[in-house]
Amino acid sequence: MKFLFHLGRYLKLVRTAFSRPEKSGVYFRRVVEELEILGVNSVGIVLIISFFIGAVITIQTAYNLENPFVPLYLIGLGTRDSMMLEFSSTLVGLILAGKVGSNIASEIGTMRVTEQIDALEIMGINSASYLILPKIIASVMFNPILCFLSMFVGVFGGWAAGVAAGVITSEQYVFGIQYAFIPYYIFYAQVKTVVFAFIITTVSAYQGYYVSGGALEVGRASTRAVVFSNILILFFNLLLTQMMLTK
Amino acid sequence: MIEGRNIYKSFGDKAVLEDVSVSFEPGMTNLIIGQSGSGKTVLLKSLVGLHEIDKGSIFYNDRNFTEMQRKQRKLIRQEIGMVFQGGALFTSLNIEQNVMFPLNMFTTMTTEEKRERVNFCLKRVNLENVNRLFPSELSGGMQKRVSIARAIALNPKYLFCDEPNSGLDPVTAIVIDSLIREITIEYNMVTVVNTHDMNSVMEIGDKVVFIYRGKKWWQGSRDDIFDSDNKELNDFVFASPLSKKIKKIK
Repeated sequence: MKFLFHLGRYLKLVRTAFSRPEKSGVYFRRVVEELEILGVNSVGIVLIISFFIGAVITIQTAYNLENPFVPLYLIGLGTRDSMMLEFSSTLVGLILAGKVGSNIASEIGTMRVTEQIDALEIMGINSASYLILPKIIASVMFNPILCFLSMFVGVFGGWAAGVAAGVITSEQYVFGIQYAFIPYYIFYAQVKTVVFAFIITTVSAYQGYYVSGGALEVGRASTRAVVFSNILILFFNLLLTQMMLTK
Repeated sequence: MIEGRNIYKSFGDKAVLEDVSVSFEPGMTNLIIGQSGSGKTVLLKSLVGLHEIDKGSIFYNDRNFTEMQRKQRKLIRQEIGMVFQGGALFTSLNIEQNVMFPLNMFTTMTTEEKRERVNFCLKRVNLENVNRLFPSELSGGMQKRVSIARAIALNPKYLFCDEPNSGLDPVTAIVIDSLIREITIEYNMVTVVNTHDMNSVMEIGDKVVFIYRGKKWWQGSRDDIFDSDNKELNDFVFASPLSKKIKKIK
């Protein structure tokens, strides 16, 4: 029953958030602000993590290749596919759920407990739309860019580590990342990224929007936002993979 | 005029308001008083639609607010200004942006016109040269004044204040009270102030509604309070030994 109550309230909030904006110019400015807060400010962490994960995947793959008949360029292929299929969409999604999700829940939650949301409503402003819609648009627009950046930097990290450690030559790696390339994987990763962006923003906003109490409850909402976003990302990852990759 | 008829409101099994009927006139400071937990904040928030009432009706100049759809309510809400207990200023915006916020959302004024209006409202609440500061850089009293400036930016017909003096020293509290009273008369607004500050009651209470355990227990002017023999009202208003002495002298 509780699950149905939350699901219904979540869907109602999302519907309200997608109502027609009061003044499109103000909303456009809000989207630009959110692009910076939720998107541009996440570039650093995504690049750092992607570089090192790409590096580790390359070295681990190299040390696990014991059969001398297996060509070394497959290390590059393995790194590329791992980054494209899973890391740059799903793991980056999980990382962003922690960084962006907790940010959204605590921001909206604090606005709720300090009556700033009530102040918006009293002015006749659709608070759900004003606060949540720009975050959804910004994340859905920018997260695919983060996904692309993660793919490139991860593959580059793999090359740098592999060559520096002497487990693969530059030529072998470059050949590997071009070998049996399937462009559809990029589309698959981007679809997942967009779905995860929507989950992160709406679930976190829902947790913050209905907070009641004080700072402690805002903290708890923030934690719930990360946990539920992560669970839903993992569930939808499985669902989308089943739908998009199974023949 | 704002009128609430036979308002009932409960949260779960707990009845918070029971058959409360009130009316508030323009050009007067109408106070809702009562102990903490008596239901006065719920009444105020019900009047502005932040809480949906279970039974009864609310009228704004004969317009039935209770039966209105969200879109219709939106139009009424643009005639309402509200000062919240904690100020409820937008912490990510500076003072100028806070006061300009309703102008940005609901007017087609040019930036210059909006800035002029912001400066006028800030000057009206005796604040100048604070435009670039953020709410966290202001004292509690200054934040309340900015909140009043934001509330009057759109020339509202109705002003609601939820415990505007809470957390303020007595001198600043009197400044805020006087400001609310002056603005009410100047713009002929219907002002409803929710308070448990007895100084406010004595200073600005043109009409006082006493809420006790979710019911309207008493109503009158600040002068009527001294003549009233309502026990619960006297216990609340004259709770301290000093105020009891004052009542006796009067």
